[in-house]
Amino acid sequence: MTIRQSNRKCLTIASNNTAVGRLCSRILSEAAENQYSEDHLFAIHLALEEALMNAAKHGNEMDPNKEVAVEYTITPEKLEISIADQGRGFDPGTLPDPRSEENLYKYGGRGVLLMRSYMDVVEFNEKGNCVYMVKYRAKKT
Amino acid sequence: MKERIPPVGITYSGGVTITTLTHERILEDADIRALENTILPVIEPDIKLIMDFSSVQFLTSTALGLLIRISKKVRENQGQMSLCGIQPKIMEVFKITQLDRVFDIQPDVTSGIKAMEG
Repeated sequence: MTIRQSNRKCLTIASNNTAVGRLCSRILSEAAENQYSEDHLFAIHLALEEALMNAAKHGNEMDPNKEVAVEYTITPEKLEISIADQGRGFDPGTLPDPRSEENLYKYGGRGVLLMRSYMDVVEFNEKGNCVYMVKYRAKKT
Repeated sequence: MKERIPPVGITYSGGVTITTLTHERILEDADIRALENTILPVIEPDIKLIMDFSSVQFLTSTALGLLIRISKKVRENQGQMSLCGIQPKIMEVFKITQLDRVFDIQPDVTSGIKAMEG
């Protein structure tokens, strides 16, 4: 789950909507500069919003004293990002399937499904407080 | 605190309530709250509610949760609800989450009104 590229960017953001929005805009603009398609940008945007808001809201519980650590690289070939929060983590294997009949009318629980659907790689660390995602530019969505 | 303009317009056509989502993106908690606070109070018994998504280009799972809350209140009030004008990229989100099985989805507002009147 380590990003090894030399042009890796590391930063931390506050656990709030404004910081998440700013970071999404920054990453999307860099992806656009690398000629990612509109479909790819939509996919990356959705996965980023879901992952960053999971970290800020569910991981850090919007605690102003907790930060979200982000590492990413964007090349013409792929976008790689890891997002870590300071929460207790969770076991993604125990997440109920939001598409099953008993969960279809639940208000939440669709974020990880969307991340997995729109990114090519989605992996969590053992503790469940860090997600690593990859989107390949050459792959059609 | 500055009051946020709700990202929705409400009009009436015959017996149908049409809520038009005016923002291209529905993602901020404040927008979701503003939508909730504007739409839920207009849901009355036997409502025929259309939500026009034609301007919406992006939404997150939080907005999907709001739609479920709205549909629950519509059902509790023995009403009907249709989502109209959903853009292809957003439609894909509904298909992935299988919420296209939950909502009545119509191509546009005119079709939505016709379906409710029929």
